[in-house]
Formats: sequence, C-alpha cells, structure tokens
Amino acid sequence: MIPSAVPPKFKVEIDREKCMLCGRCVEECSWGVYRKERDRIVIYSNRCGACQRCVVMCPRNAITVRENTTCWRSHPLWTAEVREDIINQSKTGRVLLSATGNAMDYPIYFDRIVLDACQVTNPPIDPLREPMELRTYIGKKPKKLEFEFVEEEVDGKKIKKAKLKTKIAPNLKLETPIMIAHMSYGALSLNAHLAMAKAVKECGTYMGSGEGGLHRALYPYADHIITQVASGRFGVDVDYLNRGAAIEIKIGQGAKPGIGGHLPGEKVTAEVSMTRMIPEGTDAISPAPHHDIYSIEDLAQLVRSLKEATRWKKPVFVKIAAVHNVAAIANGIATSDADAVVIDGFRGGTGAAPKVFRDHVGIPLEMAIAAVDERLREEGVRNEISIIASGGIRSSADVFKAIALGADAVYIGTAALIALGCRVCGRCYTGQCAWGIATQKPELVERLDVEEGARRVANLIKAWTLELKELLGAAGINAIESLRGNRDRLRGVGLNEVELKALGIKHAGF
Amino acid sequence: MENEEVVVIDAKDMNYRELNEKIHEVLNKNPRVKKIILKNVLGQRYIGNGIRKKDLTIEIYGVPGGDLGMFMSGPTIIVYGNTEHAPGNTMDDGKIIIHGSGGDVTGHSMRGGKIFVRDDVGYRSGIHMKEYKDKFPVLVIGGRAKDFLGEYMAGGMILVLNIDREGRDLGKIRGRMIGTGIHGGSIYIRGEVDEYQLGVAADIKEFTEEDREKIKGYIEEFCNYFNLNERVKEKLINSKYTKIAPVSKRPFGKLYTPDLR
Repeated sequence: MIPSAVPPKFKVEIDREKCMLCGRCVEECSWGVYRKERDRIVIYSNRCGACQRCVVMCPRNAITVRENTTCWRSHPLWTAEVREDIINQSKTGRVLLSATGNAMDYPIYFDRIVLDACQVTNPPIDPLREPMELRTYIGKKPKKLEFEFVEEEVDGKKIKKAKLKTKIAPNLKLETPIMIAHMSYGALSLNAHLAMAKAVKECGTYMGSGEGGLHRALYPYADHIITQVASGRFGVDVDYLNRGAAIEIKIGQGAKPGIGGHLPGEKVTAEVSMTRMIPEGTDAISPAPHHDIYSIEDLAQLVRSLKEATRWKKPVFVKIAAVHNVAAIANGIATSDADAVVIDGFRGGTGAAPKVFRDHVGIPLEMAIAAVDERLREEGVRNEISIIASGGIRSSADVFKAIALGADAVYIGTAALIALGCRVCGRCYTGQCAWGIATQKPELVERLDVEEGARRVANLIKAWTLELKELLGAAGINAIESLRGNRDRLRGVGLNEVELKALGIKHAGF
Repeated sequence: MENEEVVVIDAKDMNYRELNEKIHEVLNKNPRVKKIILKNVLGQRYIGNGIRKKDLTIEIYGVPGGDLGMFMSGPTIIVYGNTEHAPGNTMDDGKIIIHGSGGDVTGHSMRGGKIFVRDDVGYRSGIHMKEYKDKFPVLVIGGRAKDFLGEYMAGGMILVLNIDREGRDLGKIRGRMIGTGIHGGSIYIRGEVDEYQLGVAADIKEFTEEDREKIKGYIEEFCNYFNLNERVKEKLINSKYTKIAPVSKRPFGKLYTPDLR
C-alpha cells in the first residue's frame, strides 16, 4: 500500500483553559472537525477548511485555526499544492474540483491602476451639497432622438409641443451601478437568495436568478430579478421569462469558460427539483454549449426568441466569459438584438469548477472591458449594447475603475456572499456550508437570518454607492455617465507598455 | 377578425415580427378564436412562441422558420411542410404535428407536450428533454433521426418508428451517438440498434410488454394524424423495438475529486 495521506492544511487548537465544554463547536461545525468525548473535545484538523464558523461562535473565544506548519521540503516548482494535487489524482483518477475564483498569482490590474482627483484648476465637488447622479440605464440607447412638433391649444393660444418620435427600447433602471451576479438556487440556499433579493429591491438594483429557475418565495421580488436562460434550460418557461425584469442568456462563466455545469443529484432536493422542473435526485446537467446555438446567428435567434416570448418588453443580456477574442465576440453579440453583454473575467467566482479551468482559462476582466468598449466604439455600436462587468469586483474602487475602463455597471458575487457570512473557504460544492449559504441542508440553511442578511448586503451596496459618489466628486464629475469609458481619469502604476496599451490608459507621470 | 373562430393570415412577404404581432393581435382582440390558418409561410421564425391558449390550433402552410412553438404552452400547431431548426424548443405543453421533416435539435429541451414528425429529424433531436411530475415530453419520429438523438436526455420519451410515408420499413437505423449523456427518460427505436451506435451513458434495456403499452397510444395517435391504415398501425404496435435508457441518473457522479483532503 502507498499511503496517500498528506498533512492537514490547517491546525485547529482549543485553549483548554478557556474551554467550558459547552459543545457549541461540535454543533456548529458541519464538517465534523469536533467530537465530544466525555470531558474532552476531540479535534480532527484534517477536516477543517478554515471557514471560521467555530472560531466566531465559540462563546469563550477558545478556538484558534492556523495554517499547519508541518513543512514540505520547499521547492519553487514542486509546491506543496502541486504535490498534493498529484497525490490526490493518482489515487482517484478524477478531475480536481474547486470553488471560488482563480487562485493563481496572476497580476490584479485593478491594483495597478490609480484614480484621478481635482486640484485647483478644476474644483472637486462635494457630494454632500451637490447631487451625484449614479442612476444607470442598462439597454439599447438610440443613436439620435427624433421629435415631432404637434400644435396644441393651451388657453386659447396655439403652442407647438415637441413629442418624442424615436422609440426607446426597454432599459433597466439602476439607482446604483452595482448588481448582484447570477448564482443559482441549488448552488445557494433559499435564504441566501431571499436575503439578496430583499437587498437589491431596497437599493433599487437587481440580482440574477442563476440557472436554477425562480423559487416561488422570490416572486415578490421578481421585478428586481434578472432571470437566466442557460444551456440546461432549467426552470425556464414563459411565465418565468415574463416574471423577471430582464433575461440573461448565459453562454459562459469566468470561472470555467467553455464548459457547462453539473449540479450533483444530492443537491436536487424536493424544492430545488420543483424550481428547476426536474426529478428529485437526478444530476442537473448544463451542457457546455447551448445546443441550439452553434453560431452567432443562432445566438441572435435565441435572443429574438426570448424577445418574442416576452413581446419585446424585456431587455435580453448575453453573458460570456472573458476569453482571448472577447472583443470580436461582444461585437457579434451587439448585432444580435441583445441589450447588454456581460463580461465575466477569469477571477469570477463559482460554487464548483474543475480547478484546471478555474486557474488557467480566460483573461483578466480589466483588459476584457477595455477591449470590448474600444471595439464597440470603433464599430459604432456602443450605444446598441450596455457592458456589465463581473468577476472579482472587491470594492467601490474596483467598480469605479471598471466603469472608467468602459463598463456601464458591474455584478458582484463573492462580495455579496461575504456580506452574508461567507469566509471564502472554497468548499461550496460539498453542500456542507456551515454558514447556510451554499447548502440545501435545512438545519444549516436556517442559520442564515434572511432579514439580517438582507440588511448586510444592502449596507454593502449602500456603502460602495457612497464611496462612488465621493470618488466621482473628487474627480470633479457629477454623473456616472461622464465616467464611463473615461480612461483619462485612470493611470497605470508599474505596468509595461503592452499592458497600458491593452488597458487603453497612460502610465502615472504622463 | 373580431369574432370569428377561424382566422386566416396570408404571410406572403411578411417579416417574422409582423406575422407574430398579427397572431398576437388576433389572440388579444378575439378570445373566441379557435383556429389560425397561416398561408404562404416562408421561413418566418418563432411562430406560436410563448402562446398559452390551450384550445387553439395554428395551421401552417409552407415552411416555418426556426424555434417554431418555442416556450409554447397549450396550442396545437400543424405544419403542412418541413420545419427549420429547433421546432418545439423548450416547449411546455401542446402539440406540434409536422407533415414533413424537422430540422436539427427538434424538441430541444422540451419540458412537456408532444411532437409528431411524419418524416425525419436532424442532428441532436430531443436533446436535453426533461420531465417533472405530470410534465412528460414526447417526440415521435416517423422516419429516422440523425446522430446524437436524445443527447443529455433527462426525461420524457422519444419514439422512432423507422417507416416511410406509406408505412414501409426503412431498414436498420444508421444514427450514432444515441443518448450521449442520457440520465433520464427513454428512447424507443423500431428495429435493431447496435451497441456501437449508443453514446456514453446510454444502455440497451429489455423491451417489455409494459413498454409496448406505454408507446401504443402514441403510435395510434401518429397513425391517426398521418392517415396510416390499420395494417400499418398493427405492424407498428407489434414490432420489435430497442429500448435505450440511462445507465444511471448520475452519469457524472464519479467524474470529480474534491480539491480537499
């Protein structure tokens, strides 16, 4: 026998002086790290993923989780992780499954871009005393407006009144350019979905349903939900399409470009099966492509079909992963009658993706936004389609930079989950989430308080919105419209010429 | 067209949006309408898309364009001609009867209702059909199907009768990759099918008398729509069928290993 055990990643310690043997840790840990044995808590550190549930819930603050220091002989190429993965795969012969976003050490361009502020020549604006317009409309904008002048009699006088002749396509009205990304019910718990739905409604923004249909408990918030149509077509019928505020066709996901998804049968509970409209306990398989879309013309056919099903009243978005030819693809989408293109960068999160895809496929969001915005402008179709950026947006600064690079709005995913309690332990696909977020187990789901969760997510969106206003004011801009694609307000720090060219920005000092 | 039960629309030179808008106008203005006859249809897409009216028949003369009856929930569409790409796409309920052939991905992601195709269907037909409780999609093909029939199938039934218009046998089917990734539902093909014609996750199961009972009603319905005589009907009912069903409900259950220990 070849032993395949490797040292645990984390070491869990209980301060026995502080511990009063209340057993809270045993109860809280859904991973089975703790077991109570007479007057002692036994610890299985190898099961710990550092989700911190026990640390936070221990009434005596007696628990410490630290990285295990049992060392591997260090090597710059054969890292501990590489060796662990090989041991795992040589034992199982299977595909490595992972969660959250890209965990490789690629450059984070957002952190190499700095913002501008006004000094003397052009005064900054104080958002406390002057209105800052963050309202954003997602959808097609007309190239020009045409009016007709109608003569009307008012108080015996003939007056010519201007009436808008141009038909305006349906747009989504956002009070802040921050939306919550598509994460399905099934991957997430109902309480997580409800909390986010309440929050977006309160904030005047929207969330995505993900590809899992819409649970009936979310119907009251449906006017703030963008329904998703993905390759599995789960939960999709004409009522679902008409219920939401907009429809999004998911072609790809930043965390796993080019592949579909499998919701494992054990997560297809009675409720999930009802919303997805599939039998309980079967795998919910979303194929890699939409099998009715093998070309850009086929995509246009689906976009228009969805518009027909909703009598051309709902905007239709198309979400793609940021890949090498993202600009050309987005341009194709712009000609398909779609109202927005969602670009999901390679740092986009996931509940489950093959590690090799999560870490190696796709391109940085920052460059994808810049390339798409640039190309759509060149082609003269930027007004035809809005750009929504997603994948690894961590702060209001990231939002600001994404918009200045060319996006209309952003989606946040992991950030919203962190607001709900997520500690990014990266084990969403096990369905054991101790915080009640990525699980369907009722005893775990009930840990997530919907009202409190909603308040926290709303707080996060509001806090970022405030910061965006401050940043805009400092830049001497009073409307987010004037920031969009305004790359002159960005400067690179420590980037080379090629990177600066790809981002369409100057280096600091110029 | 205010109060008539039958409305005729001449679709000659009409754009698809105009035609579909006309259909919706009829439905809105005239709740009594039972039948809409579309003449000179030539490639107009999305006919019947998302329509919910159960007691409505749409008769189409000509060749409708892609996504015929997509998201449709209730009506019956009868096509006197062939159909393009994806008739019955994500259909919810109702019937599509095609007096001709269906294009590729006929019945794509169908969730309920029935499709009867007199002749052949293209590649990937019945792909990802799925059932839930009383929703049970059925695709009946008179002739033959191209490769990847019932790929990723998650529920419902596909029945391939393997006959020509007069009811004569077409011989052994040639399609390959049948039921690739199938994890629910069943495919019945009249005649022999070899193992090599199946895709990953599909398996040949014993065709029992119970199965025969299950398909009998659909065969009768098929013969009825396409005027096939009693002799052909009896032959079809009493023929030997190959039943193809999933190896497991979880074809990808053993694909992954967690990035944990």
